[in-house]
Amino acid sequence: MNITLRVWRQKGRDDEGRMVTYKLTDVSADMSFLEMLDVLNEKLTLEGEEPVAFDHDCREGICGACGVVIDGEAHGPERTTTCQLHMRSFNDGDTITVEPWRASAFPVVKDLVVDRGAFDRIIQAGGYISAPTGTAPDAHANPIPKPDADRAFDAATCIGCGACVAACPNASSMLFTAAKVTHLGMLPQGQPERAARVVQMVNQQDEEDFGGCTNIGECAAVCPKGIPLDTISQLNTDLLGSLSKGVG
Amino acid sequence: MDVGLNSNLKWQAVANSTLTKKRSTAYGSTVALKSAMAVTGAVLVLYLIAHMYGNLKVFSGQEAFDGYAHGLRELGYPLLPEEGFLWVFRLVLLASVLIHIYSAAVLTIRARKARTQRYVVTKRVQRTYSSYTMRWGGVLIALFVVFHILHLTVNAIAPGGASDSPYERLVNGFQPEFWYVTLFYVAAVIAVGFHLRHGIWSGMATLGLNKASRQGKINAAAVGIALIVTVGFLLPPLAVTFGLVG
Repeated sequence: MNITLRVWRQKGRDDEGRMVTYKLTDVSADMSFLEMLDVLNEKLTLEGEEPVAFDHDCREGICGACGVVIDGEAHGPERTTTCQLHMRSFNDGDTITVEPWRASAFPVVKDLVVDRGAFDRIIQAGGYISAPTGTAPDAHANPIPKPDADRAFDAATCIGCGACVAACPNASSMLFTAAKVTHLGMLPQGQPERAARVVQMVNQQDEEDFGGCTNIGECAAVCPKGIPLDTISQLNTDLLGSLSKGVG
Repeated sequence: MDVGLNSNLKWQAVANSTLTKKRSTAYGSTVALKSAMAVTGAVLVLYLIAHMYGNLKVFSGQEAFDGYAHGLRELGYPLLPEEGFLWVFRLVLLASVLIHIYSAAVLTIRARKARTQRYVVTKRVQRTYSSYTMRWGGVLIALFVVFHILHLTVNAIAPGGASDSPYERLVNGFQPEFWYVTLFYVAAVIAVGFHLRHGIWSGMATLGLNKASRQGKINAAAVGIALIVTVGFLLPPLAVTFGLVG
């Protein structure tokens, strides 16, 4: 298939950046989106041009490193990561617009690569437990109700790719933070720091200049891991509970 | 092992309050602001339903409508001074409106700051049309409320003639020749409907009521209340314009 790509090119943090159009011929429908970008980069390198910088690592949909906005949708038209998106999701002759995640908290480093250090700092603020857990415990040593275990696990599947922020009209990180708060808050090991955790993590995400949540739901709709929107209500419940108890 | 969440939360609260006395910025966080919007929004929705109920008395005739309006002024009398309840009520509403608008303004500014560079292409994935209308729709509603108070409460703006009777103010103001007054009213009420469609859902989610199993019901309730309020407020002025009440 033949496609036209409109790609965001930006030399560095301080460069203004612009959209550049490239034409690609003989793209296989079985290529992943990133393989298609690899082909573009090989072509650009042969022509003596700078290849398009983009983040990627496992290419198996589990690491959360890749992620670009394709035709206005984070990770493109399928509910998966960009690496697991294939060119068969597009049509011959399509013009595809590729942009980096747009958020003040995620500054563009180069082309499609953004700095997601803000997520690491939110985790640092409270997304951990300090109980020494030792080696893997015996099964059923800590009985956890099945619904709680399921809820914790659903939230724990977050890979921190940042699609929720990219898709949010307010560039809010609430779904990410809520996933961590719900994941740790449903399990006994997460209880000692539970009340303080939510306060510290919310303070940190505000500090990083993410916007506020208006419950529009685009985050959960594009999440490649299907983090449920109700984790945000869980975060709100925990935060209001902490504040009413004077924690934080 | 005790996995009770509440006992642990309490324990943590005690432990923390001995460590720090400093009030955290969490009280002014986006989540706290949003909660303030949700609570004040709930006050205003309940008020709208009561207001709509009063308006529908117009179909019971002038005596019922004017009697109801007068009754509101007498409510609580003689325990409270005359119009005492009404003024407490008005102050609660005014405070709610001001907190609601203040929080909305701060959050809007934050959201603008959170994405200074916009996308070249944006696509709606699942968001409702209502969710687009919250900010500018809110501004339209605020402007309408000012006009509405000047028109039907203070009667400083009196299309068709001023009157001491609330019923006559209504009937005079929505005569066919003042079609533009009716049009503004209709537009504002529809804006309120859209505002409630997303607002009721969003407020409940903000207050922690959203669960995956309940999401459909909350949305249905939001659509239902929005529709009832919209239709309930449109009926009286349209009935006047089309000559069914007069």
